[in-house]
Amino acid sequence: MEEVRAFLATCAEGDLLPWAAQVAAADRFRRTVGSVEEAALERGLMPARYQRNRRTISIEEQLKLFRSRVVIVGAGGLGGYVVEELARLGVGTLVVADPDTFEEHNLNRQLLALPANLGAPKVEAAVERVSRINPAVRVVPLRSAFSRENGAELLSGADAAVDALDTVTARVELARACRELGVPMVHGAIAGWYGQMATQMPGEDITPFIYPPGNEPKGVETVLGNPSFTPAVVASLQVAEVCKILLGQGRSLNRRLLFINLLEMEFEEVPIPSGAAPKDRE
Amino acid sequence: MRITVKLFATFRKGRFDAEVREVPPGTPVSRIVEEVDLPEKEIGIVLVNSRHAALSRVLADGDTLAIFPLVGGG
Repeated sequence: MEEVRAFLATCAEGDLLPWAAQVAAADRFRRTVGSVEEAALERGLMPARYQRNRRTISIEEQLKLFRSRVVIVGAGGLGGYVVEELARLGVGTLVVADPDTFEEHNLNRQLLALPANLGAPKVEAAVERVSRINPAVRVVPLRSAFSRENGAELLSGADAAVDALDTVTARVELARACRELGVPMVHGAIAGWYGQMATQMPGEDITPFIYPPGNEPKGVETVLGNPSFTPAVVASLQVAEVCKILLGQGRSLNRRLLFINLLEMEFEEVPIPSGAAPKDRE
Repeated sequence: MRITVKLFATFRKGRFDAEVREVPPGTPVSRIVEEVDLPEKEIGIVLVNSRHAALSRVLADGDTLAIFPLVGGG
């Protein structure tokens, strides 16, 4: 590794490492561009693709992001944007789970959906997309639905999980698994012009407040559908939360839910207390 | 007694954003849900004075009730 670092130092422009040099180092030392990226960051060199992160994310923090593992459950409307933004941010490992293939009605909003990949698995599109936008990022695809059975394995080693699911039932299961494993989870959901998001930190239980027991498995999205912009807005807010969790910065949206109304451009904060939620809809 | 009812998102369509209503003492949240004709299975978060409440919660004079639809799409 020392020889890689020495080579990188000769290629650096100031403290920036150009992409061509990152690729050259990978070829020369038979390493992945990801491992070269880690070596560069360790040596205090910022891969040049991240130079506009600089005032927001330091080299040390960029290394922290590279060494992070985020599990994205669902690769549809929300998940596609979440994968895109986390890959561009430079999070080193993305585990993406989704059992579905692309259908024509996904094309209006799902970033990964293209006419050319209709019928193809969503997780394969995630792998392909990330390899094109940031080859230093590793994507671990899982073409299965999240379940109580595979939850622990899927979330193993995760620094954060993103709830980009599309049923209330699965969301409640994911939140439960994250709680049991102590993994911070960022919830996001959409319906038409509306969306909501919240962060569940270890030790917290947000679902009884967001989805009171006895709720239907789906919400008003079954009637409203989802336009192109709502998933992009909510997914971006989720990624901002994940970034803060990974870096230990800022103030999370925990013990609060943000309800988003893009039709009237209103953002309502709903408190999520600790303790038991009222229940009578079972 | 008087209460304030606030509706969110789709629940506003054909109804109102916020309204002060005169109701008899002992009125539960579920009675308001019926009066404003909200489909119960579409109801998500219910707050009384910014605290989560059950549909059986009995309202008091001056209470503010807020009702959000269930949002679960991804």
